[in-house]
Amino acid sequence: MLKVKQATRTFNDGLAGFQNISFSIEEGETVGVLGTSGCGKSTLLRVLSGLDQNFEGAIEIAGMGEQPIGMIFQEPRLMPWLTVKENILFGAKDAKKKQGVIQEYLNLVGLSDFGDYYPKDLSGGMAQRVAIARALIGEPDVLLLDEPFSALDAFTKMQLQDLLLEIQKKRLTTMVVVTHDIDEALYLCDRIFILGGQPGTLQVEMPIDVAKPRDRGNTFLASKKAEILDLLHIEKVVD
Amino acid sequence: MTVKIDGKGLFETKEQKPVKVGFELKKVRGIALGFIIPFILLVVWEVAVRFNWLDAYVFPAPTTILQKIIELAAEGTLWGHVGITFFRVFIGFLAGTVVAVVLGSIVGYFKWFEQLMDPLIQAFRSIPSLAWVPLFILWMGIGESSKVMLIAVGVFFPIYLNIVSGIQGVDRKLIEVGKIYHFTTFQIVRRIIFPAALPSFLVGLRSGVGLGWMFVVAAELMGASQGLGYLLVVGQNTYSPELIIASIILFALLGKATDSLLKALEARALKWQDNLQNQQ
Repeated sequence: MLKVKQATRTFNDGLAGFQNISFSIEEGETVGVLGTSGCGKSTLLRVLSGLDQNFEGAIEIAGMGEQPIGMIFQEPRLMPWLTVKENILFGAKDAKKKQGVIQEYLNLVGLSDFGDYYPKDLSGGMAQRVAIARALIGEPDVLLLDEPFSALDAFTKMQLQDLLLEIQKKRLTTMVVVTHDIDEALYLCDRIFILGGQPGTLQVEMPIDVAKPRDRGNTFLASKKAEILDLLHIEKVVD
Repeated sequence: MTVKIDGKGLFETKEQKPVKVGFELKKVRGIALGFIIPFILLVVWEVAVRFNWLDAYVFPAPTTILQKIIELAAEGTLWGHVGITFFRVFIGFLAGTVVAVVLGSIVGYFKWFEQLMDPLIQAFRSIPSLAWVPLFILWMGIGESSKVMLIAVGVFFPIYLNIVSGIQGVDRKLIEVGKIYHFTTFQIVRRIIFPAALPSFLVGLRSGVGLGWMFVVAAELMGASQGLGYLLVVGQNTYSPELIIASIILFALLGKATDSLLKALEARALKWQDNLQNQQ
């Protein structure tokens, strides 16, 4: 569970960042954060992850795991000098103990035979899978994803979204996904937060009550998409 | 629409064997290609001396030079000369490297220490290293310590500069990964910064060892009773160009050997790098 109370973090004399954001996320829930660029959604994630400590307000993460937060960045950010296995174990507190389960994680992300490869030998999608395994092996209470698939091609992106859904189903990880891809948010999330303004404020909380896995062409989702586009003040070009 | 995840079919790698063999053959051919011109030059040189187109007193034939080296080896003095020169370079290189690693790491990591120390170090760098020779001799005499010191100073700068720029060039994004896992500063340095700065450090080592060989010549020319540089002086004073060229060749061989050693080390340590050299 993740609780944020009146959090504010601004830069550039209060013109960028976010302001007065409060929300709480249930255990096992997936929340998407959408917003136009510059509304502070990435900053919000940096604050939640602890990378940015200069914020006001309170953040509560209730969890017993060895590692409260796992983060998946837009880029895989693998250590190029470590093999896939070593990369997955990179942040593990007790690497020896995890040695036994490493294969399980490799299987989970579909890289069973790639444990001894170096990142240079992986494609972008494979590298991002490694990053997912690395974030998961610490069994974090909350998984934060910062535009995790935006650098990937559409097909790989869909594969990894399904992978994420599968993982979520298996381990009931609480997730916060920052994205600028409305379809991605609609496909993955139980609730969507829309940030707007500069600095950004939480404008709408939109529950998406559709069972997962969802049909990407679902008409209900399409109507939600139109609603979101409207909220973001983006004119619809194609329907 | 959902897309099935099927790891197997998607990530099948191609059979690599035939590519490997072709690669080996190419490598051998590449090396052979490099030997053609030196070989032709040697033959031309030898023939030119044999037919008295070149004066043997000025330009001894390759075989004469080879004979000289064999003669020195047979006398047993060669090993002493090579050994002491190698020893000086080794100790000087080691000393210079240790100081460069310690100073370079601190300067690279702590901004305030860089502001404190870097201007001074840069000022020292602009002094041509050979200008230290008289001072070192005055301070430490003509013995081993002044020679080793000179070599250490020469070796220090390229390694120091490369470590500093290597550390400062480490990707902030990788450091953030460590921060997510609540690494301590020490862990960040050991597990992210050092490995990431390693390529740059190894480049520094290689140029450092090159300079080490350069400075050992200077150190031995200025006064030594043994060593390859001493043989150069003896060759000059006794009018024996074959001795001079023999020493030069020995210097070249030793320099090449140490460089190859470091290069092999580099290739081993950096096989993870995504660069042209590691391309298959």
